[in-house]
Amino acid sequence: MHPSPPSIQAPPQSQGLNPQRLHVQHGPLHTPDKDPKVHAVKLTLSQVDFFYGDRQALFNINIEIAKNQVTAFIGPSGCGKSTLLRCLNRLNDLVEGARLNGAMLLDGIDINGPDVDISDLRKRVGMVFQKSNPFPKSIYENVAYGPRLHGIKNRGQLDQIVEEGLKGAGLWEEVKDRLQTSAFGLSGGQQQRLCIARALAVKPDVLLMDEPCSALDPVATAKIEELLFSLKKDLTVVIVTHNMQQAARVSDWTAFMYLGEIVEFGLTKQIFTTPSKKQTDDYITGRFG
Amino acid sequence: MRSPFKQFLASGNVFIWGCAAGVSVSLLMVFGLLLLIVINGSGYFWTSNIVDLTLKDTQHVMGQLAGREVIPRSVTPDRPEGKGRLRVKIGNRDIYGLDFKWVNDDQIVSEMYPPDVVLLERREWGNMYARIKALYKGEALLAEGNEAGWMALAPLIDLTNDLHLQISRIERVEIGSLNTVIEQARVKIRTLQMRSSPDGKTRGDIESLKAQVADAESRYQEKTQELDRLREQFNEYSVLMVDANGREKQIPVGQIIRALRPNEMGLMRKSWVYLTNVWSVLSDEPREANTEGGIFPAIFGTVMMVIIMSLIVVPFGVLAALYLREYARQGILVRLVRIAVNNLAGVPSIVFGVFGLGFFIYAVGGTLDSLFFAERLPTPTFGTGGILWASLTLALLTVPVVIVSTEEGLAAVPREFREGSLALGATKLETMLKVVIPSALPGILTGLILAMARAAGEVAPLMLTGVVKLAPALPVDGSWPFFHFDRKFMHLGFHIYDVGFQSPNVEAAKPMVYITTLVLIVVVVLLNLTAIVLRNHLRKKYAGSVL
Repeated sequence: MHPSPPSIQAPPQSQGLNPQRLHVQHGPLHTPDKDPKVHAVKLTLSQVDFFYGDRQALFNINIEIAKNQVTAFIGPSGCGKSTLLRCLNRLNDLVEGARLNGAMLLDGIDINGPDVDISDLRKRVGMVFQKSNPFPKSIYENVAYGPRLHGIKNRGQLDQIVEEGLKGAGLWEEVKDRLQTSAFGLSGGQQQRLCIARALAVKPDVLLMDEPCSALDPVATAKIEELLFSLKKDLTVVIVTHNMQQAARVSDWTAFMYLGEIVEFGLTKQIFTTPSKKQTDDYITGRFG
Repeated sequence: MRSPFKQFLASGNVFIWGCAAGVSVSLLMVFGLLLLIVINGSGYFWTSNIVDLTLKDTQHVMGQLAGREVIPRSVTPDRPEGKGRLRVKIGNRDIYGLDFKWVNDDQIVSEMYPPDVVLLERREWGNMYARIKALYKGEALLAEGNEAGWMALAPLIDLTNDLHLQISRIERVEIGSLNTVIEQARVKIRTLQMRSSPDGKTRGDIESLKAQVADAESRYQEKTQELDRLREQFNEYSVLMVDANGREKQIPVGQIIRALRPNEMGLMRKSWVYLTNVWSVLSDEPREANTEGGIFPAIFGTVMMVIIMSLIVVPFGVLAALYLREYARQGILVRLVRIAVNNLAGVPSIVFGVFGLGFFIYAVGGTLDSLFFAERLPTPTFGTGGILWASLTLALLTVPVVIVSTEEGLAAVPREFREGSLALGATKLETMLKVVIPSALPGILTGLILAMARAAGEVAPLMLTGVVKLAPALPVDGSWPFFHFDRKFMHLGFHIYDVGFQSPNVEAAKPMVYITTLVLIVVVVLLNLTAIVLRNHLRKKYAGSVL
């Protein structure tokens, strides 16, 4: 039914994910043990509604996010894609009056469950923000911040984690000689990659990216996009973007959102070439949005 | 078409001029005030020449010229500028009773600057301007005449100054520590006696304590004898001085701090004397009801009080601001609290003084005394004014400033920092401690700077809570436990009031008021500069992102 994307090689597991089927499936949630196919699914959202006080921001979100793949959320401003992203690491808990219905499973465990430690969740689900936000500390301390929080004190171990993190974010060669200088001395693109390194240093399974390139020039954007391909090996990446070319370039799966609902979810290739909904077609061809 | 006038108005030049004029006026006022204080204060250290005025009635007036002034309502056609008079510091208070004398111009026959007149700086009675007639050791004549006496006097002054140091060391340190021992033993005896049923053991303890007291008393006697011996040496030499009108006065050499002949001194020598004068004001203790000598205890008291106040006010203010800004649910209650805090800053400071007296001293201090220092009662320990209570009162006075600026500092920390930290799995507390508070430190320090400036300048609440005209000892010294927070202290602001308005010798005290004011301003500026340097350092460290 769905064509395998030529440029991005879809891993065999993704066969188990049929976005069309997801819209109608309301049965019991899969657990990794019962169905080996489901190992391919990292995050499962089922019937998720989200409210800011009285205002409903997300309506009945049902989606499965594939492991070791890049999933992009696209849609016009205010459609709820950032809200959805911030639900995935429960950053919306901070907002007063925020309320969520439905199930959000990370490897089969409901992240909103009473036994989930929010610190553990955020350790496993890292996040990179729209505006790069390095702390007012040295480059080294920025990357070591997370590991230190989680109790690593040994200097040698920290050194290694920092190096791995910076290498993972492709920043090591540029900053290895000035690790102790302020993070604010870096360029905008470097700062954003530092934030990625900082997120990688706590060894997450999932990396959420909220329009990570919107404040960057094309060269810095290209670097981060390149980075996404290498990150996929170890991580599941969820990226929110305004830029449809970017979504087309970097993602394996794409969800188009409008007014708090997921209009269409499928393989990127398919969404951008043969969208099944007219709204999606209008949006990606620039007729509205 | 607009009229040119309207065009001119719309260009905004008037507005810019208005702003510039406002700034200029403020600057002029600040610098004018500073200039007035510096000019009036710095002249005090200069040793001016001694003038010898011969009057029409053949009397002589000898002293340092302190100023010329026009006699009010004396303008006549023959003297359109009015008649003038001279203000002369004649010193010799023990002979004349007054320090200053006004001499009308028309009374003066001649004005001379004899090189052989001697200025004696004395420990009591102020300066003396006279010539030396004779120098005695006990009853025996050592030297006679002005020149011979001058040559013989200098080494003797060095000797007596040494002796004076020894005497004051014995009085303060050695006898002081003996007194502490005796007092502590007495208090222990009292404590033991206050317990019921004096059994054998406590009686034995009391006996051994009493033996300690007796031992200390005997050592005290030895020290007193040593002191008597030193005092005898100290008063052995005396000098007979004769003033311009031939009146004689014999004074012990021990009373003399320094002898100068200002009319002989060159510019270099006078500059050197100037510097030593500055140093002695900064480092010496006051003499003569604070109108002479130094202001060191007041400087020390001011700085120490401000530091204690800062140590108290910063934690309290920061915690309160953290709660109000970060933890409390923003609603009507928090808004009311915030309004109350802001209004607290506008309460007259004397009200805080009364509160400090009633609450800290009587309630808290009195309770502390009855709980922990019962054996010393009815002598109060903490139940009376002291540097701790004064600092606490001032901390209360300045805490709104710290709260407001800390809240502003916290509000200025970008949301991205908090989210970045939380997204890495930090708890709210960890985020506060590691990211938010460090970034808000410049704001906190701004609050501290404002608080220090306010606290250092307050006088009214201090007068009720622990400042005294003359404190017998500094709040920090060599006897256990080194910091004595219950002690009363001296303060520059109160010193200004005391010297300027409570002194019997107003003319002599005037320069002292200016100097004290200048020192107070310098102390406040230095304290603030320290905090500002620290803040700028932190600002650089936590500067905003380049994006």
